[in-house]
Amino acid sequence: MTDAIFISIIMTVVGAATPILLAALGELIVEKSGVLNLGVEGMMLIGAVTGFAVTSVTGVPLIGVLCASIAATCAALLFGYLTLTLTSNQVATGLALTIFGIGLSSLAGEGYVGKTVDIYASIFPAGLAEHPFLRVIFGYSPIVYFSLFMTFAVAWFLKRTRAGLILRAVGESAGSAHSIGYSVTGVRYAAVAFGGAMAGVGGCYYSMVLTPMWAEELTAGRGWIALALVVFSAWRPWRLLLGAYLFGAVMTFELHAKAAGFSLVAPEFLAAMPYIATIAVLALISLRKSVGAKAPACLGQPFKAST
Amino acid sequence: MLIELTKRKEPSRQMLYLTPVIAVVLTMITGGIIFTALGYNGAGAVWEIFIKPVIDTEKWQDLGVKAAPLILIGVGLSIGFRANVWNIGAEGQYVVGGLAGTGVALLTWEMEGWWILPLMCIGGAAGGAAYAAIPAFLRTKLKVNEILSSLMLTYVSVQLLYYLMRGPWKDPEGFNFPQTRLFNDSQILPTLTEDTIIHLGVPLAFLIALAAWFVMSKTVFGFQVRVVGAAPHAARYGGFDENRTIWLALLLGGGLAGLAGTFEAAGPFGQMVPQFPTGYGFTAIIVAFLGRLHPLGIIGGGIILAISYVGGEGAQTTIGLPNAATGIFQAMMLFFLLATDILINYRLKFGAASAEAAQ
Repeated sequence: MTDAIFISIIMTVVGAATPILLAALGELIVEKSGVLNLGVEGMMLIGAVTGFAVTSVTGVPLIGVLCASIAATCAALLFGYLTLTLTSNQVATGLALTIFGIGLSSLAGEGYVGKTVDIYASIFPAGLAEHPFLRVIFGYSPIVYFSLFMTFAVAWFLKRTRAGLILRAVGESAGSAHSIGYSVTGVRYAAVAFGGAMAGVGGCYYSMVLTPMWAEELTAGRGWIALALVVFSAWRPWRLLLGAYLFGAVMTFELHAKAAGFSLVAPEFLAAMPYIATIAVLALISLRKSVGAKAPACLGQPFKAST
Repeated sequence: MLIELTKRKEPSRQMLYLTPVIAVVLTMITGGIIFTALGYNGAGAVWEIFIKPVIDTEKWQDLGVKAAPLILIGVGLSIGFRANVWNIGAEGQYVVGGLAGTGVALLTWEMEGWWILPLMCIGGAAGGAAYAAIPAFLRTKLKVNEILSSLMLTYVSVQLLYYLMRGPWKDPEGFNFPQTRLFNDSQILPTLTEDTIIHLGVPLAFLIALAAWFVMSKTVFGFQVRVVGAAPHAARYGGFDENRTIWLALLLGGGLAGLAGTFEAAGPFGQMVPQFPTGYGFTAIIVAFLGRLHPLGIIGGGIILAISYVGGEGAQTTIGLPNAATGIFQAMMLFFLLATDILINYRLKFGAASAEAAQ
């Protein structure tokens, strides 16, 4: 294998991993606060279509990403209002959000199907970003570096800050956190909004960087893989990073197998691989009942302060 | 005006049955406003999607045909939801069930006889149940969350379908189109009369929903499911095996979804095609909730969602409403239902009333 192929493989793996890493980081914070938002796929799609549409209208990718993030946050807040204020069932509401996101994004994206956006955005000089070897470090979209920075930021926030401690307390024991004066609902709203913002950025990475075009249900279940990734990571940001790149490798396997003319198995089997791998990984991690692989104690339970 | 919520002494039964109606009405109002704001004919959309299929008697047969799979899958899912088993991969079980029924049809394609259709149905139900057995095994043995496993399997099932259509099951005389041969007369569900599209699967779906009502409300199994879902500790104390309930809920849900798949393949489709997955498995989740997880309610929910499907198709041609609008209306129904659920346990109090209470 030549170096050039090796480098391009690494770069596609990073590309595939970045959106699920972003969405999963958001969901990790949401789940740490004790809320299970199954609407990740829907929020990613809303982000994807918003980012694409805004970018192709304004021509400014940064505005596209911001709008994607804002739109997905609005969707997340809708989920938050239903589950936190009206204490609706989180599983059902999350599913509704995904169905809604699929419908809304294909409606909004109708006029954009098949169009592409041409974005050249790099924070590094072309000499580095297009260098035959160094591009493996410098040649990505700024969103990739943002996702790495956010991994660090989330890890630091959870472990080292007071706010992170409060967030974890709310997720582990909502009743106690409430009784010592923290607003459980307020903390959870903030977490849900953050989850939406991150899913939105992850989603628009698909439509603006990876493909870069809009198609109905563009994310093809990646939002659900992000959810699985959070379980895989045992709610730890650094393991989430590792998991995302592992999944990225599995997801791009089909691509590389095709490129290498590898045809022992049916292409459909390769296309099914990421999903089969997700199930296998979920089974494997539960076999190994190791340290701390525990969900936040209040995950999925509604909380209503009895004032 | 301030709105305040006060807790009811006990859950309101009235609201339990009233909220689905409120949700549908709110969806019509809000949907109309939103689509008007988006530049579509909002009032026309509501009329086409919710009213026209009901008053246009020519559409009633379509409603029955569309409602049948939704009801079958919804009833199966409701059993799981009641036991807190979140099988959201019914779409996959529906596809695999349809494939299993198709497999029987392809094995018997040169034969005829009354026994072929029942065998296809058994095959389809078994296929769906077997596919749902995977998340059941993973949940009971390895504690893998069934939400994720069943959903991942849906994506796998679609690839399996593509593989079979493109390869082994492709019609040898089909000009290389990725689809199976047409089912023969012994493999197609008969229609009730000569000039109707209502096939045998439609009344069967309604009958199965009635049977499920009997099982859920009158048998020990039904009681067990409800107890495991509502009070797992009490269920354990009472000697109900939680794992057994999980297995039964998933096998039943998968089996009914698989049966629905075979009904669709042997009914409206008459063969297996790559376009077979149409999202019924996901829409049935809305049906189950709208029907309050009660088999009789699910019949109603199935009909309402069928109305939105038939109406949505009509609105595409008459007023040019995009296909995606149907999905948005359907999701809104579920949102409003979940939002108004709070009225079961809480009472709405308006600003003035609470001010009096404060004095």
